[in-house]
Amino acid sequence: MTSLVPLTFALPLFAAAISIIGGKWRSFQRVVSVVTLTAVTGVSIALLVGADRDGYVVHRSGGWPAPLGVSLVVDRLAGMMLVVSAIVLLAVMVYAIGQGGEEQRRVSFHPVYLVLAAGVSGSFVTADLFNLFVAFEMMLAASYVLITLGGRPDQVRSGMSYVVISLVASTLFITVLALLYASTGTVNMADLGERLESIPAGTRAAFSLALLVVFGIKAGLFPLFFWLPDSYPTAPGPVTAVFAGLLTKVGVYAIFRTQTLMFGTHEWMGTVLVVVAVLTMVVGVLGAIAQDDMKRILAFHIISQIGYMIFGLGLFTLAGLAGAIFYIVHHIVVKTALFLVAGLVDRRAGSSRLSEVGGLVRDAPVIALLFAVPALSLAGLPPFSGFIAKFALIDAGIDASQWWGVAAALAVGLLTLFSMTKIWSGVFWGAPEEEPSSAPEVAGRLGGPFWMVFATGVLAAASIAISVAAGPLYELAERAAADLLSPGGYIDAILGERP
Amino acid sequence: MTILLAFLAALLFACGTWLLMQRRLSRIIIGVGLLGHGANLLLVTAGGPGGLAPLIGADDNFGRYSDPLPQALALTAIVITFGVTAFLLALGFRSWQITRDDAVEDDVEDRFVALLNQEQSAAQEAAESSSDAPDESQSWEGS
Repeated sequence: MTSLVPLTFALPLFAAAISIIGGKWRSFQRVVSVVTLTAVTGVSIALLVGADRDGYVVHRSGGWPAPLGVSLVVDRLAGMMLVVSAIVLLAVMVYAIGQGGEEQRRVSFHPVYLVLAAGVSGSFVTADLFNLFVAFEMMLAASYVLITLGGRPDQVRSGMSYVVISLVASTLFITVLALLYASTGTVNMADLGERLESIPAGTRAAFSLALLVVFGIKAGLFPLFFWLPDSYPTAPGPVTAVFAGLLTKVGVYAIFRTQTLMFGTHEWMGTVLVVVAVLTMVVGVLGAIAQDDMKRILAFHIISQIGYMIFGLGLFTLAGLAGAIFYIVHHIVVKTALFLVAGLVDRRAGSSRLSEVGGLVRDAPVIALLFAVPALSLAGLPPFSGFIAKFALIDAGIDASQWWGVAAALAVGLLTLFSMTKIWSGVFWGAPEEEPSSAPEVAGRLGGPFWMVFATGVLAAASIAISVAAGPLYELAERAAADLLSPGGYIDAILGERP
Repeated sequence: MTILLAFLAALLFACGTWLLMQRRLSRIIIGVGLLGHGANLLLVTAGGPGGLAPLIGADDNFGRYSDPLPQALALTAIVITFGVTAFLLALGFRSWQITRDDAVEDDVEDRFVALLNQEQSAAQEAAESSSDAPDESQSWEGS
């Protein structure tokens, strides 16, 4: 079991190398990518099952004992993130193959995409702060290439600001690492969790805030989100989808991991997080309302949704963390599905601008249906996964009597529904009630290549599956949240039992 | 020595930050490079005072030696910074190929949304007073 842990990022890296060697044959690259990502999905599911059974699956690379070597750990949270990200990566790969486009034209798409997959998995499993930096860089370097893959003027322009912002965040990360090492003498997260307790409270607070800024830039928190809606929408469709679903959530995961493990629960940190979360929610959704392009509306909604996750963390209660973890899982699936639909609309209508597209509900009812399910879920309407996620978070907020946060979450939910309706009336031109009656008569016309529609459909179905299996999934999220709240288990699992 | 290195890192950070604020891409790239150097220098400094011997041999009595971990970390970080800076230079070259200029441009879509709002409010004003709405939208484009 423990030897499976490094496979989550070693397999994609190895496959990326093979993919470069076989770059001449596109179908060979496709087979390699799909097989690898399927294998990673299988490994991730096995690891999640193992982590849920034993609590922690620990792998010590090279057999070195914990604070010396790099430890890789899968706990319940990491396992859940691994499974969701592997499924999303696989679905988007299938979508990209169906779309052709950049995937077909460029030799580099498949290898770089696999490196991205390796970076994402690596960030989830590592228990070493410097290794987290390396995994982040792997992911980001791949994303720099993917975001500018076409070399079009708008891509180069927005890619530039994306690269510079990410580089500044990485430099800050190295700086914080240097200072952390200077004051504690370790970069192992579990070891840091123990040793940070002995340094002065003020210094610890500075580290905690510095790491929040570093990961906040990558996650798109309130004052640091400005680069996101500018850069994401210009990338090729599937690339935007995987960025929107995964990259910001890796930042959120890092915030969850570091704040709970290394800094424990602090009254003032909770307040900071809740205030930042509320501002992120409100500013994100207000930004979305002003936009005219479907992809940009969705990009602003990523920011507003990040606010919900951080709100759950800021509560520092079991219910809040469990709600936030459930929210992340739901959000990754739903957001990716929505961006895949935006790609389908772009392909079908030649634009994703609300003022230029219209009437798609008659032309392509399948696309309309595929949009409606994740869109209603994102807005948080009852039968869908978004409702359960938001309900859990708001319930936790009421329990912790964070009334401002609860009020903001409810208002932002309403505004989210408003901007989903805006997309619907702009792009699909019709009331949502019409779509079931028109779907059966044109069932043969999918509105796009089969594999693109299939991949989007799988993710839309997955979002429904999340709401159907909400009970067990929420219990799993609760167990993961309990682990986060008592980091002693994580520390013991890595450092081993000590006298 | 350590104080000197700390000041040097601060100087690199200051210059890098100033260059990052510029509109010219070439300066931004140099700024990113300087920031990276500052961070790496800090990482090496974190290993303790200089002048100690490296860790050689496996016997137990090798006395004081310099901490190898920050040096390894700095090497990794340097390699990463190098690769990404090379990519950034390639991107800057591509940008120059396209626009024949190395200024970083504004977000086009932001401008578009602002223009849309301007047009809407201009149209509203025109509906209210029906006097000089077209002039108004022109004056925005000029600004």
